[in-house]
Amino acid sequence: MYRYDEFDHQFVRERTIQFRNQTERRLSGALTEDEFRPLRLMNGLYLQLHAYMLRVAIPYGTLSGRQMRQLAYIAEKWDKGYGHFTTRQNIQYNWVKLEDAPDILDALAEVEMHAIQTSGNCIRNVTTDHWAGAAADEIADPRPVGELLRQWSSLHPEFSFLPRKFKIAVTGAPHDRAAVKVHDIGLRLHKNDAGEIGWEVIVGGGLGRTPMVGVTVRDFLPQHELIGYLEAIMRVYNLYGRRDNKYKARIKILVHEIGADKFKSEVEAEYARRPHPTTEVEERELARIAAYFAPPVFEKLPRWSASFEEAKLANPGFARWAKNNLGPHRVDGYAIVNISLKPEGGIPGDATGDQMRVMAELAERFGNDELRVSHAQNIVLPHVKRDDLLTVYQALDKADLAAANYGLAGDIIACPGLDYCALATARSIPVAQAISRKFADSQKQDEIGKLKINISGCINACGHHHVGHIGILGLDKKGEEFYQITLGGSSAESASIGTILGPGFAGHEVADAIETILDTYLKHREAGEEFLATYRRLGPKPFKEALYATA
Amino acid sequence: MPLLKNNVLVADTWINAEAEGDLPASGDVIVPFARLLKDWGELSERSGKLGLRLSNTDRPEALGTFLPRLSLIVLPFPAFNDGRAYSIARSLREMGYRGELRATGNVLPDQLQFMLQVGFDAFEIGERFPLETWQKASRQMSLAYQRGLFRRGSEAEIWTERHTDAEPWLEQPHAG
Repeated sequence: MYRYDEFDHQFVRERTIQFRNQTERRLSGALTEDEFRPLRLMNGLYLQLHAYMLRVAIPYGTLSGRQMRQLAYIAEKWDKGYGHFTTRQNIQYNWVKLEDAPDILDALAEVEMHAIQTSGNCIRNVTTDHWAGAAADEIADPRPVGELLRQWSSLHPEFSFLPRKFKIAVTGAPHDRAAVKVHDIGLRLHKNDAGEIGWEVIVGGGLGRTPMVGVTVRDFLPQHELIGYLEAIMRVYNLYGRRDNKYKARIKILVHEIGADKFKSEVEAEYARRPHPTTEVEERELARIAAYFAPPVFEKLPRWSASFEEAKLANPGFARWAKNNLGPHRVDGYAIVNISLKPEGGIPGDATGDQMRVMAELAERFGNDELRVSHAQNIVLPHVKRDDLLTVYQALDKADLAAANYGLAGDIIACPGLDYCALATARSIPVAQAISRKFADSQKQDEIGKLKINISGCINACGHHHVGHIGILGLDKKGEEFYQITLGGSSAESASIGTILGPGFAGHEVADAIETILDTYLKHREAGEEFLATYRRLGPKPFKEALYATA
Repeated sequence: MPLLKNNVLVADTWINAEAEGDLPASGDVIVPFARLLKDWGELSERSGKLGLRLSNTDRPEALGTFLPRLSLIVLPFPAFNDGRAYSIARSLREMGYRGELRATGNVLPDQLQFMLQVGFDAFEIGERFPLETWQKASRQMSLAYQRGLFRRGSEAEIWTERHTDAEPWLEQPHAG
């Protein structure tokens, strides 16, 4: 894992002092709320419906046990005892007082964390594959580049007042778990015929009100050109992106309005025009960072663990959890443990301070002191020996963290919705809870298999409903909440935007509607076919018929 | 309006000319881009220095041939969160422009350091904040990660510092 050196420490410390000073000026009235807003936003502090919300950056979703313990401490000392893990691999505290925010930032700085640029019209926290460094299909760990980009984008003087927020995702594996095609910039690492590493640069993807899949502007950008090329993209966007309407201000609209070819030629012209300073320093810096991400020392173990297999036979609950919640590790004898933060009837992504400490301790004892936050709002222990899985499972189970629904119907992504958010038009959490109860029967969930349900409480789409296999969008119709259902979205390598099925449903009808859709799938699916594949084969017709025939 | 340069207030001696009308007979004059194109002949024969007022939508690369003749370029911040002038300023410096680069409009202390870092060196600051607020604001961060920024002697580029302080012999494996 990356560790701060004296420079990183000093940088974050100075930034925290600066924010403390800005907060004092706001509290004394020297700054107006209008002037303070962009300053607090660049430090992750939002004003929500009931209180301030502080969003803490978890760069590329990677945490140590110590950092997770500090997140627990903050939850208990300054919030109501819990935190909410988000789709950008961050954590949010929903009940923060303005005057406490500088102290929380100090507590974060103690463990090499911050809230810089988790909000505002700037480059946001860089996200990546939550299985990075562990996945069996990975070409190279994308996190060194994630850290390089974190540093490069931190308080970038040219790109701190962009037309709109800017999100970058990075993946180092062919199976895209980082949704790179629906980000402002997506970077996909691959190798050329000579075995060199380069990056496919994808621009202009995004969700929100106008969902779009990004376009490739470079197939194979050499690694040492990355920073220079990204600066050219950012400059074209900063100069020519729309600023007249915040809903048309993302880079995807610029790419769409001037066309991908014109956009690409603008970027290439800007890149060619700029002086190219030597990239030697960036290369040395990347090498320095990469050393921190050297893989842990793995034991030489057989692929097959007798104790693991025996435990599964003896304990059906464990067997089911192991079947659903483990990912294939690139080293024999190890597994990736996915901890679902989606217990039946729970709030997706929430964890209490106690639960955070349990996960921290498991990481320290059994997981090389590493945790990841996934964009699906779950926690990952990337390196666990198969022999230790039963012990880990039992500890998780005791802490109510052993929901065996990873990647299934109960593993729902949801935004905070109208329960917290000032922008929301409808609630998300109760709908997620109702669906999760509906599919509480584990046999039924297993039978349905891999499924992504995403819920957003307004058209800004923080719950990424456009790329859910089943997407649910909460809207307001004359003071009543109602929910639109889309089918066929995906954020994986074959990314697609879901299609609206038909008229919306009242909140209490949504779970039944989802059940009807899934029963239709079960009726029509071919052997081994996942929901998304069946939908892509059949289209919306049978689902529409089943849903609206009797209505 | 007070002009902040090198952390002190100085008088602004430039004269603003509009798109149309007579140019002042003498003195340093600032003209909009359209007038620069239209009256280049007359402007280049004047004895005073020449300044240019750019808008946010003018393309910096269009200025190439004029740059060596300009002593001042004024860039606007119609709102503090309209960040186009940051890119224009940095582009102009990258193109080799060495004259004064002045920020006007909604210029606030909390953005001062970013403006300095992309190459601004003069600021129309109004009277809302006392001078010491501006002076403090100009040195809030002593470090930046990005390379190629403008900085004072006391400020450091992290990526450069990290990789230049080591003596070459220290990098030889097992030296001695």
